[in-house]
Amino acid sequence: MTTTLTKTRRPQKVTQHESPRRSRPATRRRNWLGGLAGWLWLVVVAVPLYWTLITSFKARSRYYASNPLVPSTDPTLENYRLVIESDFLQYFLNSVVVTVGAVVPAVAVSFMAAYAIVRGWRMRVLRAMNGLFLMGLAIPLQATIIPVYLIIIKLHLYDSLPALILPSIAFAIPLSVLVLANFIRDVPKELFDSMRVDGANEWTTLWRLAAPLTRPAILTVSIFNALTIWNGFLLPLVLTQSPDRRTLPLALWTFQGQYGVNVPAVLAAVVLTTLPVLVLYAFGRRQLLSGLTAGFSR
Amino acid sequence: MSAVTGPAQRRRPRSALPWLATPALVLFVGFAVVPLIGVFALSFTTWDGIGSIRATGLTSWRKVLTDPGLPHALWVTFLVMAVSWAVQTPLSILLGTFLAGRQRYRAVLGVVYLIPLMLSSAAIALAYKALLDPNFGLGAGLDIQALSRDWLGRPGLAFGVVIFVVSWQFIPFHSLIYQGGVQQIPKSLYEAAQLDGAGRVRQFFSITLPQLKYTIITSSTLMVVGSLTFFDLIFILTEGGPGDATRVLALDMYKRGFQASLMGPASVIAVILVLVGLGLALLLRRLGGRDAGASQLEGA
Repeated sequence: MTTTLTKTRRPQKVTQHESPRRSRPATRRRNWLGGLAGWLWLVVVAVPLYWTLITSFKARSRYYASNPLVPSTDPTLENYRLVIESDFLQYFLNSVVVTVGAVVPAVAVSFMAAYAIVRGWRMRVLRAMNGLFLMGLAIPLQATIIPVYLIIIKLHLYDSLPALILPSIAFAIPLSVLVLANFIRDVPKELFDSMRVDGANEWTTLWRLAAPLTRPAILTVSIFNALTIWNGFLLPLVLTQSPDRRTLPLALWTFQGQYGVNVPAVLAAVVLTTLPVLVLYAFGRRQLLSGLTAGFSR
Repeated sequence: MSAVTGPAQRRRPRSALPWLATPALVLFVGFAVVPLIGVFALSFTTWDGIGSIRATGLTSWRKVLTDPGLPHALWVTFLVMAVSWAVQTPLSILLGTFLAGRQRYRAVLGVVYLIPLMLSSAAIALAYKALLDPNFGLGAGLDIQALSRDWLGRPGLAFGVVIFVVSWQFIPFHSLIYQGGVQQIPKSLYEAAQLDGAGRVRQFFSITLPQLKYTIITSSTLMVVGSLTFFDLIFILTEGGPGDATRVLALDMYKRGFQASLMGPASVIAVILVLVGLGLALLLRRLGGRDAGASQLEGA
């Protein structure tokens, strides 16, 4: 397209080069550079994903000989069988327990705190608490892993799932409070006032008024936290030890250590651990995206 | 004192509010604030991670500060931060501007772009490790010499791979932020510019980029502070190697603490990590006059 255009234009005078553009100011010209980058990036993102997916269905013996970008002619589920037989159901359950066990309380306590901060902004205590939570956003919380390890040992929780849940909740609080407070602030004051006139206390107002009105935000924050905790690697690496306490990312890593040379099996494990998240993405995409943008770019 | 009790009594119905914030406060203090203080305390001790903790003053600090490993780790951390920022920012702005268009196919591309963001760093690192294998990876399979190098076995290449994989994972997220930013720019600005005869490129530099100022600061803050926490990705991809070519601070902390059982020196590294993170956040905040967090709470 571009080459033909320039070819026909070339005989014209240089000064006329601008004039056809100016003659149609209403239409925005195409963003060629952006378009090019957009399609190139699609390739960059898609090729590794595609390769991972098709390779996970290849027989190990075929893997080394076949063209890596062509799907196998006789796909096999052998790799997936190996992964599932390596206790991945147990790891999946562990991940579910840790994720649900951390997200539900994290969002609940964050919502209560966000409500209190918005409604009680006049109180110095609550402003101080808010400042404390905000500080948590600026500090790389991974840096606290050694004392967290010590605390977990002292609580006799080392190598248990609660050991993963408790720090996960704490690490999720700052961002959750920030985003939820943003949304609670948008609830019209009159609604709160009318609740109070009706004699409702804060606890009732919190659950009967604020929670239903900010439901999308609650869902968003939950999905975002679930993703972070589901994918977490450092906490299980440091705070657990026995194989039956592993969560999926850690199990993936140890599986690779065991079957490293069996590339299709490792990739099948990668696909399997990713599957639940992609299902979540398919269903909760809108909430997730609106949450990401609400949290960071408003 | 009486002046304080007066209004407090009038607001008695609200005094339940601090209690609502207490559970979050207790959890956050217990597992984030106390550990934060604890890491300072532990940096003045000697501990192998199992036995008893002994206070040994500045021993750990002296050990770490005289170790050539520290300036190296700081340098690698800085390089990862700077290079990944310099690679991600222009590409994210470009893709964000592109995605901000209303065409439907762009929305579809946006869906694909975001898949890497859903995956765990562990999964991504393992897939790339297999894909980049010099003997059995994608390059070797396609029989392309340029692609079948020992990507993770040479310092320069391994560093490049880390930057690439980080970009692969996070550019989509930042594109999304920029997409939101671009869509909030008033259309009238572009219409006025078009009437003045400004071209597409000129419009980008005179309108889009200046209007994105705060978005750029937000995104950069997240990138820079986030780059301090690229632990799992680098740990699985290179383990800090080859040699210590990709040994960033977070990895240095983990290896000293949990592999070499030197919790004292590891805590010193952690303290440095916290200080670097706080310093960067404050710096970026001053640069832009606001940051991701405060702007939202104060501006809403």
